[in-house]
Amino acid sequence: MNLQIKPILTALRRHKSGTILIALQIALTLAIVCNALFIVHQRVERVHRPTGLDETNLITVQNRYVGKPDTFIPLMKTDVATLRNIPGVESAYVTNAFPLRRGGWSTGIQTEPDKTKDSLPSALYFVDEQALATLGVKLLAGRNFNPSEVVTVGPQTTPAPAQVIITKAIADKLFPKGDALGKTLYYAKGKPSTVIGIVAKLTVPWIDFDHMDNVTLMPVRFDSGYQQFLVRTKPGQQDNVFKAIPKALYASNRMRVLPEKTGIRTFETIRAAAYEADRGMAILMTVVCAVLLTITAAGIVGLSSFWVGQRRKQIGVRRALGARRSDILGYFLTENFLIALGGVIVGTMLALGLSQWMLKYFEMPRVSFTYVAVGVLLLLVLGQLAVFAPALRASKVSPVEATRA
Amino acid sequence: MFGYYLELALRSLKRSKALTALMVLAVAMGIGACMTTLTVLYVVSGDPIPAQSSRLFYPQLEPRDEDNGFYDRGEPPLQLSWRDAMALANAKRADRQAVMTGGMGPVQPANSAQDPFFVHARYTMADFFPMFDVPVKYGHAWSAAEDQSRERIAVISATLNDKLFHGEDSTGRTVRYNGADLRIVGVLDPWRPHPHFYDLNYDSYAESEDIYIPLGTARDIRGQRAGSRDCWGKGGKVEEDSLETANCTWVQLWVEIDDPVKVAGYKAFLTHYSDEQRATGQFRLPTNVRLRNVNEWLDFNQVVPKDVHIQVWLALGFFVVCLVNTVGLMLAKFMRRSAEVGVRRALGASRGAVFAQLVTEAGIVGVAGGLGGVVLALFGLWMVRKQPDAYASLAHLDLTMLAATIAMAIVATVVAGLLPAWRACQVTPALQLKTQ
Repeated sequence: MNLQIKPILTALRRHKSGTILIALQIALTLAIVCNALFIVHQRVERVHRPTGLDETNLITVQNRYVGKPDTFIPLMKTDVATLRNIPGVESAYVTNAFPLRRGGWSTGIQTEPDKTKDSLPSALYFVDEQALATLGVKLLAGRNFNPSEVVTVGPQTTPAPAQVIITKAIADKLFPKGDALGKTLYYAKGKPSTVIGIVAKLTVPWIDFDHMDNVTLMPVRFDSGYQQFLVRTKPGQQDNVFKAIPKALYASNRMRVLPEKTGIRTFETIRAAAYEADRGMAILMTVVCAVLLTITAAGIVGLSSFWVGQRRKQIGVRRALGARRSDILGYFLTENFLIALGGVIVGTMLALGLSQWMLKYFEMPRVSFTYVAVGVLLLLVLGQLAVFAPALRASKVSPVEATRA
Repeated sequence: MFGYYLELALRSLKRSKALTALMVLAVAMGIGACMTTLTVLYVVSGDPIPAQSSRLFYPQLEPRDEDNGFYDRGEPPLQLSWRDAMALANAKRADRQAVMTGGMGPVQPANSAQDPFFVHARYTMADFFPMFDVPVKYGHAWSAAEDQSRERIAVISATLNDKLFHGEDSTGRTVRYNGADLRIVGVLDPWRPHPHFYDLNYDSYAESEDIYIPLGTARDIRGQRAGSRDCWGKGGKVEEDSLETANCTWVQLWVEIDDPVKVAGYKAFLTHYSDEQRATGQFRLPTNVRLRNVNEWLDFNQVVPKDVHIQVWLALGFFVVCLVNTVGLMLAKFMRRSAEVGVRRALGASRGAVFAQLVTEAGIVGVAGGLGGVVLALFGLWMVRKQPDAYASLAHLDLTMLAATIAMAIVATVVAGLLPAWRACQVTPALQLKTQ
C-alpha cells in the first residue's frame, strides 16, 4: 500500500477546524491520561508497600480501660496472658503502635550523650520477648529481648531502656561501616541504650513519613490506659481466634472499651483502611482515563463518519478512476494516523508540561518516559480502531456515486 | 421566534439520536466530574467561621532555649506553653481570649445498662463560646469567674445530650467524665465548624468535641489530653501532672481583636513579651512571633488535602476534553446540514437568524447535559461520602452548587456551539442549492 500523504495533507487543509479539534482532543487526552495513569501507578505501588511483617494470621486489638487506677500494668499483664491462652493463638504482646496504624510515637536518636542537634528520627514500638515472633520479623544480627529486660515506663515519659533492637535502615545510617551491634544510642539525654539486635525491615506506623524504615523496638511496658495488642494465630485459626478475643477479654475484665468498628481487626483490614484513600484515588483516576479514552474514540468516530459522508462523491470518483477498496480504507486510516501523530506530538509536550507543573505545585515525581510512550502508542492505536468502521464504510462506496449529481 | 428555534432544534436533535446522546453524555460527564470535585473543594476550603474569621487570631511565640530540630521553616512552635498562654491571656490585651487544649476521656452513663464510652473533649475558657459563636440550646456557657474558681461544670454537645438524656434539657444534671461528676450548665445546638480550625492536631475535618470543660477544672480532675506536646531543654523527665511549669508547648490560645487597627498593636505586644522573656533568660532564641487570622492559619497548615486539588484539576481537564469533543461533534452535525441552511438562507433567513437557531440547539444540549451532570454529581458525591476521609461526610450539593452546575453546563455548551454555528452560517446559499 503506498501512502498518499501529500493529497491527504491537501485535503486536511480544507477541514482545518475538524482536524485541529481531533488533534487537540488527542493531545489533551494524552496529557491527562499518561499523568493520571502515572499517579495510579504510584498509588498502587504505595498500597502494596511491604511493612516487613508477615501480615497473614495477624490480629490487632485496640483497647481502652475505663477507670483510673494508679497503674494499668497488672491489667495489661492479665490481658496479655488471657490472649496467649486462647486456643489457636501462637503468640501475643501489648504495644503502643505497629505499622500502618497511623498513630504512634517518634523521637530523635543521638550517638552522643549530650548532643541535641541533627538527631535521626525513629518510630518507637514498645514490645516484649514475643514481639518478633508475633510480627514475623527476622533478626539479621544479634539477639531477641529477654523477659527480664522488659521495663515499665510511666505515662508520657520518654523511655530509654538499656537494650534496643533497631532496623537495618537505622543501623546503616548511623553506622555505615556495619558495626552497629553493641553500639550505644541515646533516645533521651544522657541515658544510654545498647543495640542488641538488628531486624531487616519494619516500617513506621505512619504512611507518610520521611524515614519509613526507621524503627526502634524497646523492651518497654508503657503504663497507659490505652493500648494495642497484637496476636498471631496458628494457620487456619484466625476466624476462631477473632471471635474468641472479645469474649475472653470481657470475661477477664469488663471495665474496658473495645471500639465497635476498630476494636478488633485483622491486619488485612488495617492495611485496607490505611490505604483506602490511595485506592480510591487510583480507582477514580482509572475510571476517568477509561471514560476519557472512550469519549475521544467516540469523537473520532463521529467526525470521521461526517467526513466520509461529506466525501462520498469524491470517493466514488476515485473508485471510478481505478482506486481499490483497500486504497480508500488506507486513505482514511492514514489520514487519521497523521492527525493523531500531530496530536500526540503536541500531547507529549503537554504531558511533560503538566508533569512539570505537578512537580512544582504538588511535589509529585516527574512522569516516567515509559508512561508517555505507552500513552502515545495507546492513542495512536485507539485512533486507528476508532476510524476503522467509518473508513470501512467509505471503502464500500460504489463507483456509481461519481455519476450522481 | 425562540419557540420556533426550539422546535427546529428538537427536531434536528431527534434526527441524529446517537450523535445527540453522545454530546449530552460527554457534557454530562464533564460537568458531573467537575461539580463533584469542586463541591469537595468548596467544602474543604470553606471559611469555617465567616462572620468572625478576620477577627480571630492565633498568637505564636518562640519560647525555646535552643533549636532541637523539631520545627523547621524558621517557624515558632505550633502551640504555646501554659506559662506563656496564661500570661498572654491574663494580660487581656485583646477583646476576647481563650486558652484551650483537646482531651479525651470516658463518660460513664448513670444508667448502668449503658456501657461506658469515650468522647473527645475541649478544655477551655469562658470566652471560647462567644468568640466562636457557639450556639447554646439550653442553659448557658460558663463565666470567667467560674473559670477562676475551677467549678466542676461542663457544657455538652447536642450529640452527647441525645445519647445520655434523649435530647431533653439536661442543665443541672451531672455527667460523669473521667471519673469526676460535672454539673451540666449548657447544652449546645449541633455545631461543627469545618475545618476544625481552632485545633488541627487531631484531624483537620474532625467533628466538634462532645464535652467542654473549664481548663482549670480539667487539670484538677486530671483530664487526659489528646493532642501533641513538644518539650525542649533540660527538663528531662516531664510528668503529665506538672505540665503547667514544664518547658513544653501543649496549649492553644485564640484571641479576638475587633478593631483591625489594633492588630498591629497586639503583635507589638507579643514582640514586647518575647523580648522581655529573652531579657530574663527564659527565652533564648531570637524573638519570632506570629499572629495569623483564621484563614491565614488554615493556609499555613495546608489543611486542604493535596488529592482534592489534583482531583479538581483532573476534572477540569476532563471537562475541557469533553467540550472539545462536543465542539467537534457539533461541527460535524451543523456542517452536515449545510444544504438545509442553504435553503433557509435562500428563503430569506438572515445569517443571524440561522446562527441563533444553531446556538439554541447547542443550548438544548447544554440543558440536557447540565441535568445529566447534576445526576452524575449527586452520584459522585454519594461515592465521595463512602470514602474514609473525615471531610467526606460533609460532601453535599447545596443550592448554589446546583445552580452553578446547570449554568456552567449551558454556558459551556453555548460557547462550544459558537464556532460550529458560525462555520455553518458561512454557507453560500447559491452554492449549496446548486449541488442539490
